[in-house]
Amino acid sequence: MVEIHRKRSPRWYLGRAGSHLILLLASLFIGIPFLWMVTTSIKSPAEVAIFPPIWWPETIRWDNFAKAWSLAPFGRFYINSIITATTGVFLEVSIAALSAYAFARIRFKYRDIMFLVMLAAMMIPSQVALIPNYVVLKHLKWINTYQGIVIPHVSSVFGAFLLRQYFLSVPAALYDAAELDGLGHFKTMVYIALPLARPVLGTLVLYLFLAKWNSYLWPLIVTNTQNMRTLPVGLAMVRTAEYAIGPEHLMAASLFVLVPPLIVYFLAQKQLIEGIAAGAVKG
Amino acid sequence: MSRRARKDTLAFIGFTAPNFILLGVFVFWPIVYSLFLSFFKWNMIAPKKTFIGVDNYVSLFNDPVFWQITRNTLALAVFTVLFKLGIALSLSIQLNRKPKGGSLYRAIIFSPTFTTSVAVAMVWTWIFEPTYGLFRFLFRAVGMTSPDWIHNVHWALPAVIIVLVWSGIGYDMVLFLAGLKNIPQDIYDAALVDGVTPWQNFIHITFPLLSPTTFFLTVTSFIGALKAFDIISIMTDGGPLNSSNVYVLYLYQNAFQWFKTGYASALALILFLLIMVVTLVQNRLSRRWVHY
Repeated sequence: MVEIHRKRSPRWYLGRAGSHLILLLASLFIGIPFLWMVTTSIKSPAEVAIFPPIWWPETIRWDNFAKAWSLAPFGRFYINSIITATTGVFLEVSIAALSAYAFARIRFKYRDIMFLVMLAAMMIPSQVALIPNYVVLKHLKWINTYQGIVIPHVSSVFGAFLLRQYFLSVPAALYDAAELDGLGHFKTMVYIALPLARPVLGTLVLYLFLAKWNSYLWPLIVTNTQNMRTLPVGLAMVRTAEYAIGPEHLMAASLFVLVPPLIVYFLAQKQLIEGIAAGAVKG
Repeated sequence: MSRRARKDTLAFIGFTAPNFILLGVFVFWPIVYSLFLSFFKWNMIAPKKTFIGVDNYVSLFNDPVFWQITRNTLALAVFTVLFKLGIALSLSIQLNRKPKGGSLYRAIIFSPTFTTSVAVAMVWTWIFEPTYGLFRFLFRAVGMTSPDWIHNVHWALPAVIIVLVWSGIGYDMVLFLAGLKNIPQDIYDAALVDGVTPWQNFIHITFPLLSPTTFFLTVTSFIGALKAFDIISIMTDGGPLNSSNVYVLYLYQNAFQWFKTGYASALALILFLLIMVVTLVQNRLSRRWVHY
């Protein structure tokens, strides 16, 4: 910190260089696995089995991706992942918005107690609920269905809490004006509160989409046929299949799963990072 | 009750009902039902559950694997938290000096946060591969012999810890950075007048004023590590010989591979209690240790 004030002295330059060195090493540690995945996925079987390893193949083997795609019904996995992630996000955000609006704007005798009950749910990890949830779904005949993958994980505590904070920060005069115009609670939420919460809503949607796209344990438990698997579960099953599968094909298949979240991340990284920083500071 | 109040009550119930029904069925009820199931022997398929009292708990405490996975889980949590937070803190201090290209460093280091753990575990398995893996190459480059990582009872858990640290640094770094930005510059300016060294700066100003963030991250990371599953299940599946097996994986194996539903429910309940204890201890300690 002190160096900032001793600008341009040799010591300042040394400190700067040190910062860059540390950050560069960390970036390499984080980045190399991604790079290694990409270069492995375009190597030939012979190039994969060389030690010391080579960083770049002689010719790029694009056909590894075609081969990997044919190892399992990846098209179907994509459809399953897209359907479960998007409906899950839509439901969870709607549920979060409704709760948040009620806790922020609607008077009710037991509101504070209910708010505490909702927050208490945050202490219960979903891993503890695996068996009971499976039993409930069996009674509902929802095992191996989309609703079975989606519904147990669309209740919302964090999202409701976050949106409530935002709704509370909207000037009361706006809500009063809406009431004077004869708008009911639902319309006030849709036309006044939610449009004003657009930035935080966007971050919440992205965050939930990525979380649902990446989730593994629950879809693994609740699906039992290949045509219902989501991408992470499908990928895990490809590796444990009976036939031997080369690292180049496994890395190509991993990229099928990883590329969509990476694209979302790099398009929206500023929003995601700043959303997390802001949420934590306020929370 | 006035018409207005009655209308509000109905609206409140209507707005919160979807969330509370789902929370009730899929979050709160499971705790009650797990407690109930933990007193039974059941294979999840048979219509009949056999009441066996506390037998599941007795056999759990006599199960050497249970103690092994408890040790593994705690070791995993402690070491992951230490390395993750230590590295993240030092990186955030470097970033807070606003070097050129800081946002690029930040974007790269944060990138594992939202990546698919299954895919990540695949590439790390390949990096740890004993014959052609990148780690063997790295170790040889510095004149050492790489262990057989995920096939070795001593190195499987450290391998998992490396991957968990790798995937968690970015998130912690971003939160530390937000914490650092909240420390007023005046304090450092005053310290500069008093002629303190950078190290004194860190010990007497930065670290105490950052303690809310550090405390928050320590607790959430610790709880997060207690819940680890994806990466371990793909990389080692708990092996070899349960040397990298952990709580949630053992729970999964008992419940969904061996169909020991009652036994697994007892495990789930103990995990729940463990997390409750950590949360309560956090509440107590944060009042005493954290400087706001």
